[in-house]
Parts: sequence; structure tokens; C-alpha cells
Amino acid sequence: MAAMGNVLHTFREWSLRHRKAVLAVLVILTLAYPYVVRSYWLSLAIEVLVFAIFAMSLDLLLGYTGLSSFGHAAFFGLGAYLLAYLTSTSELAWGITDNLLITLPAVMLGTALVAMLIGLFALRTSGIYFLMITLAAAQMLFSIAIRWSSVTGGSDGLVGVPRPVIGIGPLAVTIASREGFYYLVLALFLASWWLLRRIADSPFGWALRGIRENEQRMLALGYNTFRYKMGAFVISGAFAGLAGLLLAHFFWHAAPENLYWTTSGQVLIMVIIGGAGTLNGPILGAALMRLLPNFASSYTDRWQTVMGLVFILFVLFAPQGIIGLLRARRKEGE
Amino acid sequence: MSHLRVEGLRKHFGGVAALAGVSFTVESGERRAIIGPNGAGKSTLFNLISGELPPTEGRVYLDDRDITALPVHERANLGLGHTFQRNNLFLGLTVFENVRLAVQHRHKVAPQLFKRAASFTQVNEETRDLLQQLGLLDQADRTASALAYGQQRALEIALALATRPNVLLLDEPTAGMSPAETLEMTRFIESLPRSLTMLIVEHDMDVVFSLADRITVLHYGQVISEGIPREVRADPRVQEIYLGG
Amino acid sequence: METFIIQFLNGLVFSMLLFVMAAGLSLIFGQMNVINLSHGAFYLLGGYIGLSMVRQFENFWLSLFLAPLLVAGLGLLIEYFLLRRMYGAHRHLDQVLLTFGLALIAADLIRWNWGAYVESVDPPPQLAGQVAVFDIQFPLYRLSLIGFGLLLALALWLLIGRTRLGAIIRAGVSDAQMVSGLGINIQLVFAGVFALGTALAALAGVIGAPVLNLYPGLDFEILILTLVVVVVGGLGTLKGAFLGSLLIGMADTFGKALWPQFALFFIFAVMAVILLIRPSGLAGLKGT
Repeated sequence: MAAMGNVLHTFREWSLRHRKAVLAVLVILTLAYPYVVRSYWLSLAIEVLVFAIFAMSLDLLLGYTGLSSFGHAAFFGLGAYLLAYLTSTSELAWGITDNLLITLPAVMLGTALVAMLIGLFALRTSGIYFLMITLAAAQMLFSIAIRWSSVTGGSDGLVGVPRPVIGIGPLAVTIASREGFYYLVLALFLASWWLLRRIADSPFGWALRGIRENEQRMLALGYNTFRYKMGAFVISGAFAGLAGLLLAHFFWHAAPENLYWTTSGQVLIMVIIGGAGTLNGPILGAALMRLLPNFASSYTDRWQTVMGLVFILFVLFAPQGIIGLLRARRKEGE
Repeated sequence: MSHLRVEGLRKHFGGVAALAGVSFTVESGERRAIIGPNGAGKSTLFNLISGELPPTEGRVYLDDRDITALPVHERANLGLGHTFQRNNLFLGLTVFENVRLAVQHRHKVAPQLFKRAASFTQVNEETRDLLQQLGLLDQADRTASALAYGQQRALEIALALATRPNVLLLDEPTAGMSPAETLEMTRFIESLPRSLTMLIVEHDMDVVFSLADRITVLHYGQVISEGIPREVRADPRVQEIYLGG
Repeated sequence: METFIIQFLNGLVFSMLLFVMAAGLSLIFGQMNVINLSHGAFYLLGGYIGLSMVRQFENFWLSLFLAPLLVAGLGLLIEYFLLRRMYGAHRHLDQVLLTFGLALIAADLIRWNWGAYVESVDPPPQLAGQVAVFDIQFPLYRLSLIGFGLLLALALWLLIGRTRLGAIIRAGVSDAQMVSGLGINIQLVFAGVFALGTALAALAGVIGAPVLNLYPGLDFEILILTLVVVVVGGLGTLKGAFLGSLLIGMADTFGKALWPQFALFFIFAVMAVILLIRPSGLAGLKGT
């Protein structure tokens, strides 16, 4: 472990000095990625990026604001279903348009509105109550999706989602290929990361941290904490919806599993294992949690148990996640 | 300059009356100390005025405006700042980040989403100035949890002052401090602008007599004496409860 | 009218099941400030163990005793080796996360061992068949479930309200440090309460199996309903668990009968309304 720490340390020192070169190599690798790997790894990368957006959105709520939502899949799945309704050719859907310029803002707005609705009730509570209400809300959406088959397609979900189209009129381009979709997801991931980073480092983001640390004191300072919590809830819901939109496009359908508690659990694990409140940690967590099942399932069917065990180990011994471990290591070295 | 008035404040916890009808007025710029033996109701009174607790009966007025029904944050925004008896800081954040939270709210930039907090120079400068005043500037980048107790107490006051209140409620500001720290804190409070109306709950009599313009004495949830320090010190009722019957 | 009475009775049956679950959850929360998200897994585990025992020994009554005992043992192990490491302020979320991880593992292992199909359990022969209630034929087993639930409620009420142990548990709700300051081994109390809570969940699983059947996913369905019950009824009190389970049990049964696609939505709406009027639940501890 110490040897690995040394290697990482040396690598980090070296990369800091040759910053520009390292950056250039990373950019080239990232851009060339679809053409140097097999389609299996390409699909995996797309999944990782989508879940990274999902995980970052939860981090804003859980890591920065301290609101433990156990039902974040509600917005993820909702985004997927909204997108499906807007674009799918299935007779259950509205099939209005497949143009991302319309669907993206529409879906994010729709998810944001539902978040506001749920937040009106959930945010009046805190701690344990909030946890339970978010859990129940997600399960409620799931049960509607699975039972109201005549509208939602039941356990089959909404199929027939096409690949997205971007542009207006004659300049419209269909992102038909997987390579093209990769670049789309990459671009949206980077945009999301940039936006969420700015929000986290803004005065608003610091207010969220203040609420996490000591809500009572924030109130004593004059902050209307309900409004800030609502802001965090809505923003994180919207970005979760964006992730759901991308997933639906990628898998050509929206499924009830997107709303199920195991999905909420997965993204929660990603945030915790990666490192809550860091925004970069959840990206790591997303990568780990998408790669792990893929590897583990070739050895055992019990990958969900393995995932749960890894999670528990982190909760017990490294609650600050991987980023937390790395930071602690760095502090020791100083 | 703001004045504070409380009328007929009562607070019952179950069957126990912690406050049994308290009324008084603190004039603009006045420094009022609230004293009394343990259990007299000082903390309860404090929490009723700050808004942390609702009264069972009675009203609280800030500049003749009835704030009894207002929650804590709205009272704070009207200019009523308060500290806490036990340090109530943002322990996971640095000293600088602690105070900046208060300052950024005062500047009304807290809702800003897209500009980096580090780029708000006015906010940052004001934060640094305040830290300097309280002798905390060299601790600016230390996590609040790592500070010594006395420094945390100073940070506690810094937070309340950062909102530039018109009325400042101090809950035992020198609690748990060494004699040297107590002296420093007393001098600091004394140096605060006279336009700041103050209400101080205190146990340390030296602090009380050096800071207070007027003193209100509580006993069993009621006011038993009130006046300038000399009068209160001479009041036989006060002497009785402090020196025994 | 007949359908109404049947649904009403069914509602009572479900309420009693929910009560046993909610009592266990509330006990654990009241004592340790932990919401045990693996509570549903214990229900399902108890039910499946009961199923295996019935198949093995053909004796329902045996499983009624043994399954909760076994699961309580598991609960003790979990409390001792895992939860205990995380006592102390500011680790409440971590404890909840732990139980969440356990729930994930349990769900997977249960599905692995007992399969993904719906399993049904027959009620014991002594309670099979139907009886006449208000001129209506109603399953005897379900009726006895109602009686059992009420008896259990009484027993728990006596235990918590009238015994020294109950006083310790109630004291632990407000101040664990004080209790240990009185010389009582608080660790033992925590362990005991956790074991009791999980035993109750497993018991609910055993007696509930002939009514609800057993299948993967039931653990989480029943967990959600139990959570709604304690939110509505108020965390930490037995009375709250009882009132909440009555309300939610009825709402769920009638909801499923009238609007099957929206049953859970209806329950959620009920919960939202209750929370708006009384944020700490119908009979909850203030300040929870």
C-alpha cells in the first residue's frame, strides 16, 4: 500500500511539472477513445459518463448540502420516461420530437418541476424523515410506472426511443452511431461538470456547505435555509434527469428499474465510495461501480453482494471515500 | 440604532414556568446585562428574544415592530443578531469560511450561482477585516474545530458581528474563558460602537459591572430588580439571592 | 356492504402486520437513532426461513418460534460486529448507510438461495378454513392474525410502559449517556433492543407469509410501507406505530381495491397531508 502511495505521489509530482503535456495526451486519448477500443469498452465508457452525471447531481444534494436522499433514482427514471414520452415511436408515447435542442431543456425543466413538488413536502423535514420521504417518493413513482401499464408500458417500460437529433431544419444531425453518441455524452458530461463545479464554488454553494455543517447557525445568520435547500434539490434533480435522458437514448427505452431503489442505492454508493462533497469523487465512484459488476459478473453472479460488501467496508473504515483517503495520505506526506 | 422591548413574556415547559411574566425595554445604544442565579430563566429569556424558542405568552418588539411570530432568520434580517452559549460554529470549515458565510449574506450575494466565491473581493476584504479586529486573522485558514476554546468563542462573536446587527444578544460571551481571555473579550465588547444596542446574559459579575449601563435581575422567571449597576448592587433583594438569606 | 366488511377485515389484517414491523423499527430508532433500512430484509428472511422450516418439519408453530430467534441471532451479530463500531455523534447517517448496504446484500443472497419465484405458504392446519363473521365467510387464519396483533400490541405496551426494562428503553430514547451513567450496561440494552426489533420483523415475516406470499422485492415493498407508517404515526412511540399502521393498513387495502394503479400514490398523499398538519407525526416525540 505504501509502495503504491509512493508511485502515485511520484506520478502526481511528475504530471504537475509536465502539466501541459499530460493534459494534451489526456485530451487526445479521450477524443480518440471510440476508435481505439472495442465497442464493449465504448458502451462501458458511455455508461460511466452517464452515471457520473447522475452521481455528481446527488453529490450536490448529499455531499454539499448534507441532505441524505435515498430516492434520487426518482429524477433519473423520470428523466428517462419524460424523454421516452417525447421521442418514442411507441403508441403509448406522445412522440413529439427527437430533437435534443427541445427535449433536453424540456426534460430538465420537467424533472426540476417534479423536484420542486416533492421538495415542498420533503424539505420541511430533515434527517431521518427526509430520508424516508425521498425513499417513499421514488418507490411511489416506481409503483406507478410498473402498475399503470396502459400508460407507462408496465414492466416492459417505454420502448422505441430513437437516437437524438441535434440542430434546426437543414442543419439537423442525427447522432446515430455509438461513436457519435459517445462524443455527445462526453460533451454533456464536461458541461455538467463545469456547471456543477461553478455552482459548488459559488456563494450559493458555500451556503449549501454552511447548511450541511450547521443549519441552525445559518438561520441565526439570516439565511432562509429552506430556499437554499430547495435550490439544491431542484438543481440536482434536473441534472439527474439529464442523466436519465441520456440513458434512455442510449438503451432505446425507459424502464421501471431506472426508478427502483437499487438504482438509488447504486448512485448513493458511487457518491460515498468516491467521496461525498468533492464532485470528482462521485465520478471515480461511477467508474468503479460500473466496472465492478462487469468484472465481478464474470467470476460470480453475486456481484450485487460484492458491491454491497465493498460499500459496507467503505462506510465502516473510509467514510470519506477514495478522495478522502487520497487527501489523508497527502496530508500525512506533508 | 434600535431598541428592544419585551412585554409579559411567559414560557411554560410542561407544568414548569421558566418565565413568569417578564417585561422591560432596552433603549437604543444601551448595554443591558441580564443576571440571576441558575434556573432564573436567563437562557429561556434569551432564546425567546432571539427566536430560537416561541413564548407561551407575551410579545417581543424590535423598534416597535412586533417580531414575536417571526422565525429566527427573519429576526436576524431585521438586525437582531445573537450568539450561542455553547459554541455553535461551522466546525468543518475554516475560520475564514465561517465568517465569510455571514458576510456574503449581508452583502446579499449568497444566492449567486455562477461566480466563484473567491472573486467577491468586497466580501473577502470585509471578512479579513473582521477577523483582524478579533485577532483571528492568523488563524484564518485553520479549521474551526482545531481552534482553542477561547479562539472559538471569539469566532462565535465574529459570526454574530459579521451580519452588522443593530441589536446584539450575547449569551455568556466569556463562559469557560481564562481570566486573561475574559479581560480581552470584555475590552473587545467595550470597544464595539455605541450605536450597537446590546443585551448580555452573564454570570461573571466583573464583566457585568464593567460593561453594563443597566442591569436586569431575574429570579424564578421574574424581574426582581432593575436599574443602573450601583442601584442593583445596593438592592437588598439582589444581595439576598446572591449572598443567601 | 359485504365487500366493505371483507376489505375492512383485510385492512385490519394488514394493519397488524404493519404494526409488528413498525414497532420493531420504531424501537430500534428510539433507542439508537438509527433507521434500519434492512428491516424489510429481516421480514423476508424470517418468512423464507419459516417456509423452509415448514417444508422441512411440516410444523408452522415451530417456525413461529425458531425463525425470529435465528434472525435475532443474526441481528445480534450485525449489531456487535458492525453497528457498534459506529456509535457516537455524527455517524447516524453512516449507520443508516450500513443498513442500506446490508439490505442490498440480503436481497441478493435471499434471491440466490430461495429463487426468484413467488412462494406461497399455507396457514397451519389448526387455523385453516373459514369462519362466519357477520354472516360472511372469512379465513380463520387472517382473523387470528388480527387477534395476535392486538395481543402483541398489548404485550409490548406492558413491556415498554410497565416494566423496568421498558423504563430503561424509554430512558435510552432521550439520553443514552444518562442511562449508562446510572450503571446500566447501555451496550447490552442496544444489542437487546436491536435483536428484539429484528425478531419482530422476522415474526411479521413468518405470520405474514400465508397472507402476502414471499418473493424478491417484497422486502423493500414492506420496508417502504413501514417507513410511511412510522413517519405518519410518529417515530419512537408505540402508540404512533399502532395508529400509523391502522391508518396506512386501511389506506393501502382500500386503495388497492379502488385504484390499483395508484395505491402507493394514495398512501403517499396521505403521508404528505399528515406531515403538513403535524410534522412530527400523529403521536410522535416532539423534536424528532
